[in-house]
Amino acid sequence: MMTPAQELENKRLMGKLLVITVAMLGFGFAMVPMYKQICDALGITQTRVVGAGNTQVDASRDVTVELLASNAGLPWRFEALERSVKLHPGELVTVRYRVQNNLGRPVTAHAVMNTAPSVAARYVEKQECFCFSNQTLAAGETREMPVVFRVSSNAPRDMDVISLSYTFFEVKASGA
Amino acid sequence: MSTATHAHDTHGHDHAHAHDHHGPPAGFSRWMYTTNHKDIGTMYLWFSFAMFLMGGSMALLIRAELFQPGLQLVEPQFFNSLTTVHGLVMVFGAIMPAFVGFANWLVPMQIGAADMAFPRMNNWSFWLLIPAALLLVGSFFVPGGAAASGWTLYPPLIIQQGMSIDMTILAVHILGASSIMGSINIITTILNLRAPGMTLMKMPLFVWTWLITAYLLIAVMPVLAGAVTMLLTDRHFGTSFFNAAGGGDPTMFMHIFWFFGHPEVYIMILPAFGIVSQIIPAFARKPLFGYASMVYATSSIAILSFIVWGHHMFTVGMPAAGNLFFMYATMLIAVPTGVKIFNWIATMWKGSMTFETPMLFAVGFLCLFTIGGFSGLVLAITPVDITLHNTYYVVAHFHYVLVSGALFAIMAGIYFWLPKWTGHMYSEGLGKLHFWLSMIGFNVAFFPQHFLGLAGMPRRIPDYALQFTEWNQISTVGAFIFGFSQLLFLYIVISTIRGGAKAPDRTWEGADSLEWTHLPSPVPYHTFETAPVVK
Ligand code: HEM
Ligand SMILES: [Cu+2]
Repeated sequence: MMTPAQELENKRLMGKLLVITVAMLGFGFAMVPMYKQICDALGITQTRVVGAGNTQVDASRDVTVELLASNAGLPWRFEALERSVKLHPGELVTVRYRVQNNLGRPVTAHAVMNTAPSVAARYVEKQECFCFSNQTLAAGETREMPVVFRVSSNAPRDMDVISLSYTFFEVKASGA
Repeated sequence: MSTATHAHDTHGHDHAHAHDHHGPPAGFSRWMYTTNHKDIGTMYLWFSFAMFLMGGSMALLIRAELFQPGLQLVEPQFFNSLTTVHGLVMVFGAIMPAFVGFANWLVPMQIGAADMAFPRMNNWSFWLLIPAALLLVGSFFVPGGAAASGWTLYPPLIIQQGMSIDMTILAVHILGASSIMGSINIITTILNLRAPGMTLMKMPLFVWTWLITAYLLIAVMPVLAGAVTMLLTDRHFGTSFFNAAGGGDPTMFMHIFWFFGHPEVYIMILPAFGIVSQIIPAFARKPLFGYASMVYATSSIAILSFIVWGHHMFTVGMPAAGNLFFMYATMLIAVPTGVKIFNWIATMWKGSMTFETPMLFAVGFLCLFTIGGFSGLVLAITPVDITLHNTYYVVAHFHYVLVSGALFAIMAGIYFWLPKWTGHMYSEGLGKLHFWLSMIGFNVAFFPQHFLGLAGMPRRIPDYALQFTEWNQISTVGAFIFGFSQLLFLYIVISTIRGGAKAPDRTWEGADSLEWTHLPSPVPYHTFETAPVVK
């Protein structure tokens, strides 16, 4: 049979083991913030997936796109915010145009794109453009409009400058 | 040889004394209230066997469905429940309780103690298993069906399913509490109740491996409890530990789960190492080669097991440095494992070996566990694992280490100690038949799964592409051979308990731990009430 001294000894050890148990339970919960902090500190929250970058960008060459703007008989102030952008074929870029309606009445107009050389048109791939829809501006209103596009990496190698021009035509309400 | 000199240790109920050391009371209350380590060990072992048959039936249903491509027998959702509960039942219901059963029976006898340090808590640890098992298995019958997330309980699936998940989580809590209580008991028994002269480095390896396993258990079971508690609060109390919709991170659960999970796989194999380390020397009739190196190897495996969890997560998008770290750490852990294999082989080297059933299972363990270790090493190579992860190759790997590893060791141990426990010899002929049926059935069932995995068959899916048909059919045939041969095992055990040739006290001449040298067969109900002196 166990002596009282022995039993006390056993209880002591049990106490110590229970402390470990409770500490490990706490550790389980503590792992949530710990993982976050350790990974943040080491900068390893995100996997760098090797080779999964954009493989369509042809970094070996540049294309300069010159940005032009004009009006067909409309007294609008229309211009690109930059004269030109330099980009790699395949790379998605955003450029901005600004337009102001100087007339004393609301005007609806539509922009038409043109490129020089004209074959370049098929290599300019637009994701977002104000030329996709009519633009209606109130009297005196100013608007900034983005064009999101890329030059296809299939573009011929000798095509290193493209002029991209937009011309606004007034849309007359039909039957008016 | 030694029984005569130690007759004072025996208090069989056939000659009960006037004092209070009597045999067990009869009937159900004996088992309900028992604090006797042998009774509790027996209950653990029977519980484990019942769960083994339960989990085994689920496995056979899985294999029957996979006999042909297409959906034949079960709905996909139910199939997923089967794989999930099969895994949980086998891990927490069959393998772990079996080892605790062995610990109860053997640890006190092998260190010369009268009983476990906390007998009443011991009773509790066992009886907690029953409600946990009922919750696990009962979850099949609630709306929505049993957990279908896989035994790893990954969110987000586990956050979305019905009330069976809550039952499963509660079951895991209870099982964890039971394991922790059991471990505290085992550690205290080993550290405080050793007989005079039984220094730590004289303890049989089974006791050593259990000491280390018990420490692993109290280190990681609370972590699992924490993880499933977080799942529970994510489900019901609006927290977002793992719920991405609320800003949580599902991969965080994987990190926490595998921080528990990898040590857990060693919890399931270290006691098996201990059993095999008792059996091989006994039948090689040579002392264990490299006893001290075995102790150190076991400890290093336990320590290293805390830094390899990432090998289960090579595909979740850890940074390359993390993947490399876990790859090298995992390979490192194979070194102490290799030391053990080497020592067992060296123990057999030039021994005068005989191959009774326990030895057959132990040698079977040695060969097949090594295959499982090697497939583990293949999986540890990050770029290889990226293609093999979640295929049948992984299924083959962990069944080689768990079935032909842990389970074969359990079988070996049962045949080895059954004569000591019951006083009867089992039928050697039937035992050998059981071994060969298991050996053949197991390999036919699981070896082809390597090929299936390499060819790309994913795990946990009830249907498969036509080109996988043949190997799946072979695998199913093997599984049924293996499964039904366990009924033979049941028959052998029952008939050995009922009767049979009288087992000598030292049944195996090469066995030299205290239960063989100091105690009669069958062991009396109370043993070592006066501690033996170990020289
Ligand atoms: C040399 C030793 C070992 C090595 C190198 C090793 C390596 C691995 C690796 C890398 C995996 C992950 C595979 C994947 O999911 O893609 C794995 C899975 C697994 N291993 Fe091991 N292992 C070893 C020993 C063991 C042992 C001894 C056990 C249990 C007794 C075990 C049980 C498991 C289990 C259950 C899984 C699968 C978990 C799941 O996804 O459901 N392994 N092992
Ligand atoms: Cu692991």
